[in-house]
Amino acid sequence: MQPLNRLQMAWRAAQDIEDGMVVNLGLGMPVACGDYVRPGLEVVIQSENGVIGAGPLADKAHADTDLVDAGSRRITLAPGASIIDSAASFAMIRGGHVDATILGAFEVAANGDLANWDMRIPNKGPLVGGAMDLAACAKSVWVIMEFNTRKGGPRLLNRCTLPLTAPNCVRRIFTDVAVVDVTAEGFVVREIVAGLSREELQARSGAPLHFASDCRALAAPEIALPDA
Amino acid sequence: MPIDKRVASTAEALEGVSDGATVLCSGFGGAGFANVLIRALRERGTRNLTLVSNSATHRLSLTHELIEAGLVRKVICSAARGHAPGLSAFEELWKDGKIELVVLPQGTFAECLRAGGAGIPAFYTPSGFGTELAAGKEVRRFGDRDYVLETAIIGDLALVRADVADRWGNLSFRHAQANFGPAMATAAKLTVAEVRVAQAEPIPPAQVQVSGVFVNRVLAVGG
Repeated sequence: MQPLNRLQMAWRAAQDIEDGMVVNLGLGMPVACGDYVRPGLEVVIQSENGVIGAGPLADKAHADTDLVDAGSRRITLAPGASIIDSAASFAMIRGGHVDATILGAFEVAANGDLANWDMRIPNKGPLVGGAMDLAACAKSVWVIMEFNTRKGGPRLLNRCTLPLTAPNCVRRIFTDVAVVDVTAEGFVVREIVAGLSREELQARSGAPLHFASDCRALAAPEIALPDA
Repeated sequence: MPIDKRVASTAEALEGVSDGATVLCSGFGGAGFANVLIRALRERGTRNLTLVSNSATHRLSLTHELIEAGLVRKVICSAARGHAPGLSAFEELWKDGKIELVVLPQGTFAECLRAGGAGIPAFYTPSGFGTELAAGKEVRRFGDRDYVLETAIIGDLALVRADVADRWGNLSFRHAQANFGPAMATAAKLTVAEVRVAQAEPIPPAQVQVSGVFVNRVLAVGG
């Protein structure tokens, strides 16, 4: 069994981005999705600091501290980009003009509750940023996260144990070993990595898993991690 | 008398700012921090401040110097986590109960400022519903959704960074410098902009991103 690495997870999530979509990508794994949008598609990457139409990272010669994305990364502009202020950018988000947001997460519950902003680390200040606005208001909320914690604990749960970002918002979860939809019936596995049985996946989950009738193999091309 | 909002020094830019002021500081991710004015505010020693800034801990914003200098009583922000493995200046004070903290979803933070400048005392938003950030706040259902009542923020002072100002106080920004600047400029009793260039000639009207009506003083700092 070969779990997907972090960039392969981003690749897999990016395959579900459709032509013309307005997509907001969260910090960490999600921003990498921008590199793997299917060829021939034109999408608008919405960065909540007001860069609407974010392009690839800037090279050193063109890096500009005034042109950053929501992760403070120095970026370029895609053709057709616009730049608006933060109040207008969040009006865009709350107003339902963002088709999908892809966010990192710590936990997702079977009813779609999302916990991705506060791990309750003692004395570390809270950091919510735009996560609650995006989770509550994007038309579709997708999550990229490892299926289990580093200690092997479940991240797919009946109820989140960490503070919520928004209730009942997640629609799809891209993990290293499975792609899982959140439905009215709970978690439905759409794809599972080869070499892992349904029983093994269930044993690693904190909530019941259903399996789609057309459940397929989760696969991604080889993508090396930069630090590997 | 010709209108001319250009000032020649940080002392002139911050004249009249009192202890206990609520200070709105724009900037996001390295873009649009009014760091010359923020440093001048620290050197001025104005204390007991309420700092309204998206991040309490951003490395590239000198707002952390206000916090380190013990001038800040309360922070309103969406991000208060330090980047280094240890605790930031803010977190050190916060864990000891020496600084008050209000955390808002970033879109709520921005809208509180927009509302503050637009004469709207409060508004309902879907963001934060069902989370601990909505604890104790009024919730009301419109249609099939629940919304949280949030109240506007009005500052005594806004410190904004822009690219070009003209003598009327009109502002234009470079790239993503704008971020919270336009909303903050409207939401303060005294708005001061630090800019690369403060010119006598008018900015072409359609290129003005913040009307000079919202800006009281501009200081050219180059850069």
